[in-house]
Amino acid sequence: MTEYAAAPVVAPTLARQSLFRRLLRNPVAVAALAFLAVVAVVAVVGRWIAPVDPTLSSLQLVVADPSAAHPLGGDSAGRDVLSRLLSATQISIAGALLALVVALLVGVVGGLIAGYYGGLLDTVSSWLTAIVMALPAIVVLLAARAALGPSIWVSMAIFGVLLSPAFFRLVHVSVRAVRDELYVDAARVAGLSDARIIGRHILGVVRAPIIIQSAVLLGIAIAVQSGLEFLGLGDQAVPTWGGMLNDGFAQIYRAPVLMLWPSLAIGLTSMALVLVANAARDELERSAPRPRARRRPAAVSDTRADRPATIVHPDDSRALVTDPDVLLRVRDLVVAYDREGGGSTQVVKGVDLDVRSGEVHGLIGESGSGKTQTAFAILGLLSSGGHIEAGSIEFAGDRLDEAGEGSYARVRGRRIAYVPQEPMSNLDPSFTIGSQLVEPLRVVLGLSRGEARSRALALLERVGIPDPAHAFAAYPHEISGGMAQRVLIAGAVSCDPELVIADEPTTALDVTVQAEVLDLLRDLQRERGMAVLIVTHNFGVVADLCDRVSVMQSGRIVESGPVDAIFDHPEHEYTCSLLGAILEDGDARKPLESHKEITR
Amino acid sequence: MIRFILRRLLVGLVLVVAVSALAYALLYANSDNIARRILGQNATTELVARKTAELGLDRPLWQQYSDWLVHAVQGQFGRSWFTGELVATGVTSRLSVTLSIVLGATILSAVVGVVLGVLAATRGGWVDRLVQFVSILGFAIPGFLVALGLVLVFSLQLGLFKATGYVPPTSSIAGWLSSVTLPVVALALGTIVVVAQQVRGSVADARERDYVRTLRSRGLSSRRVVARHVLRNAAGPALAVLAVQFVGLLGGAVIVEQIFAIPGLGQLAVSSTVKADIPMVMGLVMATAVLVVLVNLVIDLAQAALNPKVRLS
Repeated sequence: MTEYAAAPVVAPTLARQSLFRRLLRNPVAVAALAFLAVVAVVAVVGRWIAPVDPTLSSLQLVVADPSAAHPLGGDSAGRDVLSRLLSATQISIAGALLALVVALLVGVVGGLIAGYYGGLLDTVSSWLTAIVMALPAIVVLLAARAALGPSIWVSMAIFGVLLSPAFFRLVHVSVRAVRDELYVDAARVAGLSDARIIGRHILGVVRAPIIIQSAVLLGIAIAVQSGLEFLGLGDQAVPTWGGMLNDGFAQIYRAPVLMLWPSLAIGLTSMALVLVANAARDELERSAPRPRARRRPAAVSDTRADRPATIVHPDDSRALVTDPDVLLRVRDLVVAYDREGGGSTQVVKGVDLDVRSGEVHGLIGESGSGKTQTAFAILGLLSSGGHIEAGSIEFAGDRLDEAGEGSYARVRGRRIAYVPQEPMSNLDPSFTIGSQLVEPLRVVLGLSRGEARSRALALLERVGIPDPAHAFAAYPHEISGGMAQRVLIAGAVSCDPELVIADEPTTALDVTVQAEVLDLLRDLQRERGMAVLIVTHNFGVVADLCDRVSVMQSGRIVESGPVDAIFDHPEHEYTCSLLGAILEDGDARKPLESHKEITR
Repeated sequence: MIRFILRRLLVGLVLVVAVSALAYALLYANSDNIARRILGQNATTELVARKTAELGLDRPLWQQYSDWLVHAVQGQFGRSWFTGELVATGVTSRLSVTLSIVLGATILSAVVGVVLGVLAATRGGWVDRLVQFVSILGFAIPGFLVALGLVLVFSLQLGLFKATGYVPPTSSIAGWLSSVTLPVVALALGTIVVVAQQVRGSVADARERDYVRTLRSRGLSSRRVVARHVLRNAAGPALAVLAVQFVGLLGGAVIVEQIFAIPGLGQLAVSSTVKADIPMVMGLVMATAVLVVLVNLVIDLAQAALNPKVRLS
């Protein structure tokens, strides 16, 4: 089949009118549309404004140079090139439109029926599509030409059928998606007929993508039709762009300029169609409601000047002066993400954080408070578009925020490790568990293959995987979420880091598995004496595991101190409300006495 | 794995048979017309009827087709109505020529497309904008116009390559290279941009995956993660696009062979079409369908090698 890019299925909310109006603000689209308008006018009136009969030959005009009477000269048969070009436009455009109309009829109607009624029709139509896709369009058209003779209309009608899968898939997918939507059910219950539902709810969704796809396919139809005529397989009696090109090609040594005009007509028209389609697609994508990027919360931007002071519990005051025990010192950290169309949004707005060697530090707050972004900033692994706008990150006396990729590479894995939130998506699906554990061991620690393998197996055993050799050879999709999280923990501690940053390590797991994973983290922490910064929204986890806690709200630390002190005397109202929420979460495994008092 | 291959083969076989049935129906339905076109417009009705009977076209269509199918399974595709050449010989003798330019173009588009796509996705900035711009041009301008331009510039003006004709590699490697370079480039340009776009998209997508961050957190460099993990995960969609593009390249070869006067399947197809040499056209359709099915099988196997989930399903 011919290549065509699938138009994206975009939000249905846009009316064609507004799309067209927005296209008029795009200079490239305006130029392309203007050119297409000229082509359209020529296609309609070309035959009548042609100065000479396009089929009339004259011996004087054979490959004649341009003259006043014949501005573009004559072709190899002594016919006026300008007249032929004008008349050919009509035939070529009409042929391409015929293919488009056939493709629309077959594809849209077929897609609607197959998508809406499903079942056997689906199977039949997908086989038909596979058959159509199994042959290059030009080969089918050659066969049709051999059997049915040279007719641009027959070829283009057949080509329309060959193009129809493009529309079919577009409509089919959208219909399948919409068919089970609640509002379609509601319409059905309300007694609307199928035809009405299809017309109102389904065609509305696919209209814009169909228009875009139409422009692309019209260009392809023009190209294929010209290609066929260029091969000399068209009806010689009718002037077409491809036929003129064929004539020019035959004279390539004598008058290559003859190829210029039909080439320009074909090339510019195809390009204009693609440019219009591209511009329309860009407009649709720009205005489509963008799904809010996960972990990229939109924060209210305000100045850091009005930043309220962090409530620091007394015992913690030494953290603010230089303390040799402090492994990780974050000061005034501001993380921002670039916004579409300039500017940036702050998601972390001046965070101070101290993690001491060997302590478990909880960073707690609701979703979107900037906890995860703080963790990523420390790792130097912010998502694209994110950057540290201000502040400092110091690890064991070295400034990480100023470190280049080279120095970071020596820290990551070996000294600071990371346990992610969602276990399954954090393992590469194309590699075995074993190879994902072995690779960093070999790269970071320079172990041999055999050493790395036995160390990985030992780690798998240590994190409580029942059959390490089996898990080593397994792919991520072959193990459970709880196992995957154990694998990720094994990977994090594999190079004996001093600090592990665990980002909600239990949130995505079953409740029963959560407790086991927390136990494992605590055991490993004690065994290896490493510091852990655990990001969570759950005070139960904090009570269970942490020595110290920092409470984060809207990109700031609002309260910080030893766990006991915070549980005893929470001062910030946000901390109080989080503590209050623990009852609903119900996950506090060993609530402190004082804690019960507060929540009661 | 063996079941996977067997099932793919079976689907391919059904597809080939279905294509043959449809092609046969299209080509042979109008039997009266066929005989008249062989004999010329002035032939008498009697002559036409006799020719029709001689070619066996007076039997019911399904009988003709099942007869054809039985012979085809044994590798007998009949003879050309005009030259008497065996269809099987005609097709196979030209197959290697077409395959050399189509496979050349496939490899060229895969290599250049992947490099451009990865650069656009990882470098961003002006590299990305340039690749995007070239992609629109490459997608919009029909391949045969590009081919004509290449002939005009590189062969006629600069004289760097042979403008027309084909030199088999057995007689001269340099001559062969000179004769296939322009056709391969002309054929590949349109595909390069499609592959580049796909690779750009899937690399950009794979780079945003969670496991990329986790692998980097273990101390692997960004370059290493892209080369080993991102590329492997982005390869699946790119291969799928390449499979679709291969069909387009086979079609494009018909026109490109004509422009460069290369004696391949495409040239045979055009000359057989003009003469309405139905058995030859039928043989060409079948050769194309089998090629497409085989290439799809190879790509499916490559997908299975890359993606452990495909292997299981």
